[in-house]
Formats: sequence, C-alpha cells, structure tokens
Amino acid sequence: MSTLEIDRVRKAYGQLEVLKEVSISIGTGDFLVLLGPSGCGKSTLLNMIAGLETITGGEIRIAGKTVNDLSPKDRDIAMVFQSYALYPTMTVRQNIEFGMKIRRIAPADRDKAVKTASDLLQITHLLDRKPSQLSGGQRQRVAMGRAIVREPKLFLFDEPLSNLDAKLRVDMRTEIKRLHARLGTTIVYVTHDQIEAMTLATRVAVMKDGVVQQLDEPQAVYDRPANVYVARFVGSPAMNIVPAVLEAEGTTATVVIDVARRPAARIGGISLSPEALRRHAGRKVLVGIRPENFSIATEGTPTLTVDFDVVEPTGPDTLAVFQLGGVEVTARLPPRQAHAGKEAGLAVDTSKIVLFDSETETRID
Amino acid sequence: MTDVLSRSGKVRLGRLVVYGCLFVVALVYLMPLWVMVVTSLKPLDEIYGGSFIGLPKAITLDAWRAAWSEACIGTECTGLKPYFVNSLLMVIPAVALSTGIGAINGYILTKWKFPGANFVFGLLLFGCFLPYQAILIPMARTLGLLGLAGSIPGLVAVHASYGICFTTLFFRNYFVSLPDELTKAAMVDGAGFFRIFWSVILPTSIPIIVVSCIWQFTQIWNDFLFGVSFTSGSSSPITVALNNIVNVTTGRKQYNVDMAAAMIAAIPTLVVYIVAGRYFVRGLTAGAVKG
Repeated sequence: MSTLEIDRVRKAYGQLEVLKEVSISIGTGDFLVLLGPSGCGKSTLLNMIAGLETITGGEIRIAGKTVNDLSPKDRDIAMVFQSYALYPTMTVRQNIEFGMKIRRIAPADRDKAVKTASDLLQITHLLDRKPSQLSGGQRQRVAMGRAIVREPKLFLFDEPLSNLDAKLRVDMRTEIKRLHARLGTTIVYVTHDQIEAMTLATRVAVMKDGVVQQLDEPQAVYDRPANVYVARFVGSPAMNIVPAVLEAEGTTATVVIDVARRPAARIGGISLSPEALRRHAGRKVLVGIRPENFSIATEGTPTLTVDFDVVEPTGPDTLAVFQLGGVEVTARLPPRQAHAGKEAGLAVDTSKIVLFDSETETRID
Repeated sequence: MTDVLSRSGKVRLGRLVVYGCLFVVALVYLMPLWVMVVTSLKPLDEIYGGSFIGLPKAITLDAWRAAWSEACIGTECTGLKPYFVNSLLMVIPAVALSTGIGAINGYILTKWKFPGANFVFGLLLFGCFLPYQAILIPMARTLGLLGLAGSIPGLVAVHASYGICFTTLFFRNYFVSLPDELTKAAMVDGAGFFRIFWSVILPTSIPIIVVSCIWQFTQIWNDFLFGVSFTSGSSSPITVALNNIVNVTTGRKQYNVDMAAAMIAAIPTLVVYIVAGRYFVRGLTAGAVKG
C-alpha cells in the first residue's frame, strides 16, 4: 500500500499564490509525472510531498496517512535530485549507506542493501570511488541507488535527466522505466520534457500557473487534451490549432476553415454530442489536428488543397508546413511525398480531430 | 623559421625583464629580514663596531637564548618563553571558537534561512568595519562585569567575538556556493541540523576552514592593542612582551636580543603560512571553479 493523495493543496508565499487547490490522487505502483514549464509549481509540489516546503492549505496523504506536519525523514520517501546532490566527500558506498547509518541499521543489513542496489544499477565496481570521479550517468545511478536502499513508500524524482546529454537521457529513461517495472514502487516524477512524461508515466498531470490542467493517462492526454494549452504542450511538433466555424450536419459536425486564395475548406463527419452540437453550431471554434493526422490524399477529392511553404525531412518522415485558417500548420507525412512550393491534396483523419471552444479554449465533446 | 626564432627571442627577453624586476623587488622586501637574521646572530660588540648588513664574523646563538629565557621584561627576567605560552593559550581557543561559531553562522545563514537572515548577515558584516579602538572602552566594561578583566580568558573572549564577523563572512560566502539540494538530500536521508553540518557540510569545507584559521591566527597572534589594553603583567601576550623588551632597556640597547625576540614572535605565523599557505590561495579562490 503506497498511495498518494494530494487533496486541495495550496501554496502561497505571502500574496503570491503558486499552487491553487491542486488535487491529485494515485494508486500503488503508479508512475505520476508532473509536467509543465518552469514556474508552473511542479517542483514546489514535489518539495511539499517530500516535506521540504511547508503546505499552506489542504492535505497530503501518503498511504492514507496525513503527512502535512511530518518532517521529510518520517514520510517514508526517497528523492532523486536534478543535480544528484551526492555527498562530495563520501565514496559511493558511503553515499548509499548514509541514510541507513542515520537510521541505525545493522552493518550486515546495510552491506546487503548496498549490494542489492548496486547490482541492480550495475555500479558495484564504482563503490569505492568519489562522486567527482564519476560520469553524469554514473552519478545518476548512484543517486538512484541511494533512494532505492531506503525501500520507501514513495520515490520522488526532480528532473533527474535534465543534466544529462541527449543520448544518455534516453538510456537512463529506459533504465528508470525498467526500475519501476522491477520494484513496483509508486513514483512521482517532475519534468518539463513531454517525451519523458509520455514514455514513463502511468498518469500525467499537466500543470500551468499552479493549476492542474489535466490529469489522465499519457495516451489520453495526447489524444484528448483538455484544453488548447495541454494540446500545444504535449506532442512534438505541437498539435495544430486552427480557427474555424462549426456547422451542424445531421448528427455530426463540419468545420469550415478559411484557406488563402482558395475556397474555404470543409472537414466533415466529426462526431460531437447533440448538446455540444446545438450549442456551438454556427459559432467559432478551434480545431485541433495532430501533424500525423494529415495524409496525402490518394483517391477521390482531397479534403484540403494547400501549398507547402517549407518541407523538413527528418528521416522517418517529413514535416510539411503550410498556411491554414490564417495560422501556420505542420503535417507529418511519409518521406519524399511533399515538395516545397508545390500544391498538394491532403486528407484528414476526422476521428482524431479535437474541437475547442474559441473563448474558454477548453475541449468540446 | 626566422620569424619563430626572433619571436621566441623577444619572449625570452621579456621573461628576463619580468624575472629581473621580481628579483629586485624580492631583494628589497627581504632586506629587513636579512638584517634581522644577521644581527640576531652577532655578538653585541660586533654590532656596535659598525657591521650591520655584513655576515657575522662568529655566529652566536646567545641573543636567541637571551630573548627566549633571560631577557628582562619589567622587573622579571624570564625572557619571552612565558609570554609565548600565553599567546598560545590565547590564540588556540580564540581561533577555534571564532572559526567554529563562524562556520555554524554561515551554515545557518545559507542552509537554514530564516526571515531576516540577510539583515542579520548585514549587521555581522558591519562588525568587520568596526575599528579596534571603537570597542576598547565598552569591551573593558563588559570584561569587568564578566569578571574576566586582565586575564587570558578575557582576551580569548575579545578576540573570538571580534573575529566572528570575519569568519561568518568567509563561511557564509563559501556555503552559498554549495547546492541547497545537498542539504535537502541529507534531510530526506533523515539527517538533522547538526548531523548535516558535521557529516555533509564540514567535510566539504576544509579549504575555507584553513583560510579562516590562518586569518584568525595571524590577526590574533599579531594583535597588540587588545593585548595591551585588556591584560597586564604576567598574563600579557607575546606582542606586548616584545614591546617591553625593546622599549625598556638599561645601558646599551641590545639590538641582537631585540631582533631575536622579534623573530621568535613572528615565527608561528610564518610556520602557519608555510604549512597551510597553499590551502589559503585555494580557499580564497574556491567556488570560482566547479569541481
């Protein structure tokens, strides 16, 4: 049992409110990623879970127990920091043992725990070195080793990969995922990197300005973003958000999008609840289309006819940029199918289209 | 080819000029020391015979012996020995106290910040600019009230409290460069205030501890004003005793004994610099480069 409940938690520094009634609840073995840009309050929230920041309002419960007034050492947590925060004068072994020494664990048990953790992380040969003699990836492993030996109810990771170079970051990401699968411990992980969130999480909380925008499993966040902010933040290249007018056609919706120097484009067959259909018919909406939901039209009349402005081959596919509804739109197409300055007919996967209210920017279902 | 040669020739000439200048300056600075050393090794007659800079004809350690254990200070003819011991008894606890308190102050001011911490630090900084003379009378009154007037413990208290401003500044500036995450990690590991200080912070602070000790040792050992103001007679530190040897003489002025006494008084600070000097430079520049 190691659940985490964050119940209407607030944090304020004087008049400045950095967290506004945040509520998140995850179960045993969940991997929660707090995702957001810097300054969104995600690290503050993590520090509050750890007990390194005070809680202004609300409650945090770990395994059902309220921890608001407990000091970090009594919360049964372990934390991995962005800078690793290894004790510079201690060897790797002493670093890993430090917490156990403080809790007066018998030397024999300490040795056993160090051995298990270092075998798991493949750092056994580094045990007698000082942190300054280790590479970034090795330091990262030691920091995780220090967390693992505590056998905590909750692991907290504060942007653990952002100090590593790109290649190592991908490797360590896999490593963390494997570790989670192996240990099954509940994890809270803070990052601003949406790919880390997508690949690691079982639950993602997208945050902005101290408010959780959406809390869901990663695929759901990607497919059905709660609002325009989430839609733009998750996914690379970002989801295209195009202004349009909605028309009701029977039980489905059609969006009408202005195209420069051409007749307006009509994308139909978008399913919507009758209630939403009635409310938004004839009004402005924002249409969210992922770059990969465009394709080159091969048969029949294309949904859209556009002029490609810039074409960027990335290897596995090609990104084609064009104007639609007065904004720049990116399509992810198979290689060699798009040519800059050429006209092209595109089809759109309407089942993947997401509509947003043009004023509140929240999703319309 | 010729180009490279002429350039390296120019470089060599430049070097020559630089080293030449350094050599001359070093000579000028070492001159007084040379005079002190040779004078202290000469018999008094030879000095009065007019040889001041030249090597002694016959080396004698009599002056050193006299300065150490025979010279008269006031009415007591004990040499510098007891006052040297006084200075040691004063400097060791005073350095330890001021460095220790400075370290804890710096630790609190950086890792356990409280509302108004910067203001407190500002006040402490202000203490660095207080001239010695300004605190003489209030300090004398305080020592009197504490019953420490005229004693070595009193002098220790004066030096320790006067030094805290400087040591706090040293440690605070050093600890500011240690990442806060280090303290946080130790807190999550279950360590408390003193455990973090002792096991995590202090072991990383050797360079700044050395800097603080050298600084404090030099200041306190060389101090004359506090020593002469707050002690008297047999509890005086060596600087005061040295002054008395040199200024209170009957008959011919014993230059050789004076020189030997001055050197005895200077030896401990020299030793500290030679032994720990490389840490001093390293500590002063620490934090500039991430290790």
